[in-house]
Amino acid sequence: MAPDRTGTLRRSLLTWDVAVVVVLAVVIAVASGSVDSFASQRNWGFLLLDLVPIALIALPMTLVVITGEIDLSVASTLGLVSAAAGKMWADTTLPLTLIVVLCVLLGALLGAVNGVFVTRFGLPSLAVTIGTLALYRGLAFVVLGDRAVADFPTGWTDGAVGFLPGTRIPWVVLPLLALVLVFALVLHATPVGRALYAMGNSTDAATFAGIDVARTKMWLYVVIGAVSGVAGVFWTFRYASARADNGNGLELQVVAGVLLGGVSIFGGRGGLLGVVAGVLLLGTLRNALQLDNVSADALTVVTGGLLIVSVLLPNAAAWLRSTTAQRSRRAGANPVTPASSANPA
Amino acid sequence: MLASRRRLRVITTAVALSCSVAGLSACGSRADSGSSASSGSGGSAAAAPAGSAAASTDTGSSAASSGGSSAAASTGSDASGSAAAGGTTADYKTGLKIAFLPKQVNNPYFTVADGGGKAAVAELKGTYKETGPSDASASSQVSYINTLSQQGENVIATSANDPNAICGALKQAKSAGAKIVTYDSDTTPSCRDVFINQATPQGLADVEIKMMSDEIGGKGKIAILSATPNATNQNAWIALMKADLKKPENSGMQLVTVAYGNDDDQTSFQKTQGLLQSYPDLKGIISPTTVGIAAAARYLSGSKYKGKVQLTGLGTPNQMRQFVKDGTVKEFALWDPAQLGYLAAYAGAALASGTITGKQGESFSAGKLGSRTIGADGVVILGPPTVFQASNIDQFKF
Repeated sequence: MAPDRTGTLRRSLLTWDVAVVVVLAVVIAVASGSVDSFASQRNWGFLLLDLVPIALIALPMTLVVITGEIDLSVASTLGLVSAAAGKMWADTTLPLTLIVVLCVLLGALLGAVNGVFVTRFGLPSLAVTIGTLALYRGLAFVVLGDRAVADFPTGWTDGAVGFLPGTRIPWVVLPLLALVLVFALVLHATPVGRALYAMGNSTDAATFAGIDVARTKMWLYVVIGAVSGVAGVFWTFRYASARADNGNGLELQVVAGVLLGGVSIFGGRGGLLGVVAGVLLLGTLRNALQLDNVSADALTVVTGGLLIVSVLLPNAAAWLRSTTAQRSRRAGANPVTPASSANPA
Repeated sequence: MLASRRRLRVITTAVALSCSVAGLSACGSRADSGSSASSGSGGSAAAAPAGSAAASTDTGSSAASSGGSSAAASTGSDASGSAAAGGTTADYKTGLKIAFLPKQVNNPYFTVADGGGKAAVAELKGTYKETGPSDASASSQVSYINTLSQQGENVIATSANDPNAICGALKQAKSAGAKIVTYDSDTTPSCRDVFINQATPQGLADVEIKMMSDEIGGKGKIAILSATPNATNQNAWIALMKADLKKPENSGMQLVTVAYGNDDDQTSFQKTQGLLQSYPDLKGIISPTTVGIAAAARYLSGSKYKGKVQLTGLGTPNQMRQFVKDGTVKEFALWDPAQLGYLAAYAGAALASGTITGKQGESFSAGKLGSRTIGADGVVILGPPTVFQASNIDQFKF
């Protein structure tokens, strides 16, 4: 089974990536035809603005999940950074530019805390980041309480939701695209990227291949923290409101987008094209259904259902393929191990 | 469990509302902000039958249609209320698309409020819609506002989870042609056309003193059972009530003390007990907090003071129904959320029809509620609080 694996997986990965893009195209086409005012520039402007923080965090999240880890504390990091930004702006005289820089650094620090627990103490990232999910959100309320800080200069708040000249496309899409390019290059065209896949497939093998697994993961957590910090700053200005509950529950949408994009929750496979398509698909679907007057509760059901499907389908496909491969092998040149023959399809 | 959690939301919402009455935006901006209130709801959960908390849209709208006249009858001060019943809808365009965006969908308080809006939209021959997030978070309303403005709604009536976070989206919706009405929780005034304010502090103080005066014949010692000593809204109302008591017509009543139940059911219960022991000749208690009045009523209903010591204040009908029916409480007050939604729909229709622009001094007719005039900052006052008594309490399901 082992030598056969990479080939099969590469094929299934390719088809999944393509499948998500195709589904996205179908959803856009159907929605444009059947949902009133979906296909307008204005609506796409709104849609993209809503997706920016999710897409932003999904980029480093892809890398983290490919190494076989996860970070569920991203939305709480966003909230804590937002609360800190509000606190600094309201209660100190620091200039806003410095506050923004400090906020991104704070995000990186919060990510580093996760990284230390995961790499130095060898704790499971799921447990660690569920812990910090609660911890950071709690700290956000300690910092800012029930208060909302809103008196940011309008230049900044209007700037965050500004459009490219002559269009209804938010300008923040440009730096986001640049980041997509950077992450895609790192993941798909550098030794670092290949190391991430190797770590996801087998930590031991990666270690023997000379990859410093702990160090790499540490940096990944710092990066995802910093990016969450950037998302927190964007969120604060986009909604002109620094609050401790900002971005509550966002981590689920990020993880859903990443998994729907074809990244395996077990690590080792997936790509950025799929993730970008997955995030867009989730957002487009929600937007179209909302315009079609589907209730908020039904939307949650759709998101949850898609998440299950995205975890189930690739695994089912891989399982089907390996069973058929085994069967044809068995049919061809008989002797098979008892384990696999005891499991008839 | 589900039912009691829903009721808890009603209670906490009501508390949050009380905050917004006093203009304490940070306090009233979150439906779930009354954390101290939630700890106290355990005891009062017994106060109403389990099913009644989940008021349906239908009961909401029927409350709206009957609410206008019953409020006028019971307070006796809303002269225009019944006179203008079935008032003119001729000034209004028909076919207006009016959308309600509450803090949170499936929240019983807003189901009733929006049900009132639905009834009004039906009278106006418009198209009603209710949509919104399932969590009462600050930013989740934004995408719904964008969607509504995209769908070309003429009026968006919303209760803001955050006075600023939805501002940008509302301004965009405004520039796309929608009229913005806020109800229950306001945004920054520049982001909407009018705000429907459920009550004024003066109105709440006046009705509480009047109810107490009626119940004890204007003579005797009274006490106030409040929430926390530093609750801005409570203190504002208490100060106004004290001023009312200085008036000659109220000279027979003497405020002996203000006790604080911290908006906690157990504490409020014990403080009530303490008040009655410390002041054996106490004639009445005013509790301007939904948690306090329910706890005090529970103590009184099981004590020898039942029917002898009068209790009134601000409460919700679902919490207080049992105590009104068993004679512990004669009457209490709160605004009627169905009327709030009803008025919001009419204000939106008036804006969209060009009857008003949101300037101070303009007035518009609001169906069964009669006419309303816009005050400073584009605020429209719903009117005197609704007084709930045995005769009308069954019409209200919230």
